[in-house]
Amino acid sequence: MTYIPNTPAEQHAMLRTLGAETIDDLLGAIPADVRLQGELNLPPALSEPALRRHEMALAGKNLNLDEALCFLGAGSYDRVVPSVVAHLAKRSEFLTSYTPYQPEVSQGMLQATYEFQTMVCQITGMAIANASLYDGSTATVEAALMAVGPGGRGEVLVSRAVDPQYRQTLATYAHARGFTLREIALDGGATSARDLQAHLGPETKAVIVQQPNFFGIVEDMPALEALTHSTTALFVAAITEPASLGVLAPPGAYNADIVAAEGASLGNPIGYGGPALGLFATKADLMKRMPGRLVGETVDDRGQRGFVLTLQAREQQIRREKATSNICTNQALLAVFATVYLASLGRQGFKEMGVQCVQRAHYAFDQVTALPGVRPIFDKPFFDEFAVTLSQPVSAVNRALAQRGIIGGYALDRAYPEQGANAALFCVTEARTRDDIDQLVRAMKEVL
Amino acid sequence: MSTEPLIFEMGAPGRRAATLFEMDVPTRPLIDLLPAEALRQDDAPLPEVSEIEIVRHFTHLSQRNFGVDAGFYPLGSCTMKYNPKLNEDMAGLPGFARLHPLQDDDQAQGAIELVYRLEEMLSAIAGMARVTVQPSAGAHGEITGLMVIKAYHASRGEGRRNIVLIPDGAHGTNPASATLADYEIREIRTDARGGVDVDHLRELLDENVAALMMTNPNTLGVFDENIVEIARMVHEAGGQLYYDGANANAIMGLARPGDMGFDVVHFNLHKTCSTPHGGGGPGAGPIGVAPHLVPFLPGPLPARDADGGYHWEDAGEQSIGRVRANYGNFLVLVRAYTYLRFHGPDGLRQVSESAILNANYLMHALKDLYTLPFDRTCMHEFVLSANQQKARGVTAMDIAKRLLDFGMYAPTVYFPLIVPEAIMIEPTETETRETLDRFIEVMRQIDQESRTEPATVTQAPHTTTVGRLDQTLAARKPRLRWSPGDAPRTAEKSVPVGVSR
Repeated sequence: MTYIPNTPAEQHAMLRTLGAETIDDLLGAIPADVRLQGELNLPPALSEPALRRHEMALAGKNLNLDEALCFLGAGSYDRVVPSVVAHLAKRSEFLTSYTPYQPEVSQGMLQATYEFQTMVCQITGMAIANASLYDGSTATVEAALMAVGPGGRGEVLVSRAVDPQYRQTLATYAHARGFTLREIALDGGATSARDLQAHLGPETKAVIVQQPNFFGIVEDMPALEALTHSTTALFVAAITEPASLGVLAPPGAYNADIVAAEGASLGNPIGYGGPALGLFATKADLMKRMPGRLVGETVDDRGQRGFVLTLQAREQQIRREKATSNICTNQALLAVFATVYLASLGRQGFKEMGVQCVQRAHYAFDQVTALPGVRPIFDKPFFDEFAVTLSQPVSAVNRALAQRGIIGGYALDRAYPEQGANAALFCVTEARTRDDIDQLVRAMKEVL
Repeated sequence: MSTEPLIFEMGAPGRRAATLFEMDVPTRPLIDLLPAEALRQDDAPLPEVSEIEIVRHFTHLSQRNFGVDAGFYPLGSCTMKYNPKLNEDMAGLPGFARLHPLQDDDQAQGAIELVYRLEEMLSAIAGMARVTVQPSAGAHGEITGLMVIKAYHASRGEGRRNIVLIPDGAHGTNPASATLADYEIREIRTDARGGVDVDHLRELLDENVAALMMTNPNTLGVFDENIVEIARMVHEAGGQLYYDGANANAIMGLARPGDMGFDVVHFNLHKTCSTPHGGGGPGAGPIGVAPHLVPFLPGPLPARDADGGYHWEDAGEQSIGRVRANYGNFLVLVRAYTYLRFHGPDGLRQVSESAILNANYLMHALKDLYTLPFDRTCMHEFVLSANQQKARGVTAMDIAKRLLDFGMYAPTVYFPLIVPEAIMIEPTETETRETLDRFIEVMRQIDQESRTEPATVTQAPHTTTVGRLDQTLAARKPRLRWSPGDAPRTAEKSVPVGVSR
């Protein structure tokens, strides 16, 4: 089956206008020895109703977050998302358009992106933001590349409390691109200022610290920033939980040079981790070194305000091998979701969301750590995630919780083997009610 | 002719839309929970607007945007075909959309199975041994593929190979990706038939070449007849052959890159599998590789158990490592899976055949009025030059803008760079003959206007909500965000109409 409208008879008539009889008459340039003989080895076509049934069955094999209470975070967050977000962002005029190369008929996408860039600046406290990157991990990579510079070498320091998947992605690119990546050790779950100081040097191009960090702990960003800026290195704030910006000081306030963040949870489906939404913001004087698309305000030939893709001299389609980055397709539609979402929360709602995360997570922390067999691992302030040691392996506990309709915490030994098999990272966002949390606590009491 | 205010210029203090759960847990002052110096001093100055204002605002913005659902979108190399509604519904199923990436594998069996099956299908289409769906877009696939090639050469003690060959007609992402992978670029000339200049390739090939990156059919819409010879030459020199899959809509079921001799292939699922493009993204850029490169793929990869279950398997020792967090743009992959299962092998071949027919149909009807620099049968797209119109004072950009007046999007213009006044047209397979005929009629009319009333073209568009925009002002005095007190930019003009590009 296909979505081809023209019938075989119409196609034959079209061929005749070309002086051809069959489609093969148009394929002469494909050498015979590479022409595919026979059909592709693919499953046969399915009708729309059969395909819908097949995929509903596949989807039904997954335990989704509408069926289970999710206490898993670790880089991806279950949020309360108003209905209005998807209704507007999925309008087909946005959904089925390409990158706005013809601005006269793309003002909707361009203006929405300009509003997105502005909102990213508003929540991060930074001067400028781009139109999005693939995800938080690759945004962090782009921050490192921007600091190292085209053709440059040198060293990038990354806190060991940065999301493990981000550090793995950084390592992949560091190896290919030829810069050195070193990890800064931890001290009680937070980035060790002493270890940072020991590693900082003239070769250091960037220092990457996550806020709140992977364990949910609120880092002392001003202290780490001051140490970093005692050298020429750039200070990069990585953020995986954007709700934190409702209550925590924004990176602009502690003089971060670059913010690389994961913005998917701002109104987008969690979607098994993708597509995600890389946020990237920086200082005004770093504008020309910034990767990714930018939308700017201008004026049309009738004197009206309008928007265009701008400063494209940084980008691959103009600069080719001299581009600041190779990114072309980005996450434009997810940026529209985030824009509608942030508008919907607004000034009050964004703060309230952050406050709710803190309060609900601390209520859960008090309840969970009061259980016999559970003790906190760290004693530092946290946002909406906290690490605890259980009396049994996390894998076993999570299996038992799943039978009770609960998705348990992240097994920290997946990335931090020194924490052991019993260490779990729980997440409680604004989407978990007191009843949800009490259910978790009751279930854990049964299980442990 | 109108403008829509920015959302920051709307609303009033105290307005909001979204509601959260009632605060039902005991609360403590924030200052008791978090260090004072870590707290935000001033609220993020987000807009304060009601739900009806938001709905009207974004509805108005959508009405100021043109998508495939609104009309013909012949944007060359972008494959702007119809985006099936079924794909959206499947991606919206809670079992896919409401899944946390770090859930245990036994809670995500359907998701892993879908990725596993999609990888199998993409491998079959490309003629490759194994696919990873991790890359987020075509350019991400390119850098991933180049890192795989780099790791392969290093594993053979040939880490000295530091050069990537790229045809002069290539997409801009190719040289940018190669640079990012720390390679030097050598550009290969295009020959008189529109393919790779084999003699020039022979001159450039040596023991330092890591790879040749090619698009086939290339950006001229021309299938390179010498591909088998090119592959042989590259491999003899110890290099690898990389397939830029931006134009894969031309080859499904007709020829497989693996059979042509390619070692790495990337797909642009937002193009070929119509997932859709979302105004600039998200895409997905899976790569497939030949058997000798499988050990270098990023992980994790989906694996099938003996009992029919599925799990994510960590990559082996030789893997380049992960290229992003989690597994890839999963909901885009769901759409691509839906697309491929709907079509089946016969349907996919018809897709490519019809795309080729539609392109040739347009090319045939336009080549008498517009210059066709490489006059031969095209694949799924073709490139015209507006050099005759330019001689009358009407540029490719003017023609693009004039097309907008007729309710059509414009072709890609000024690309590929090797054709002056290039107009790159890709109709795709999902357009009716009537739409194609209408496009022909409009293009012929615009040519006529270039002779009789060129100002109608050079001052176009006339019917859009805004006219030509001042690109120079935007770049020279960048305004990249709204700030309090900003008045809309108005008559601050820097260049005359018609010069902007």
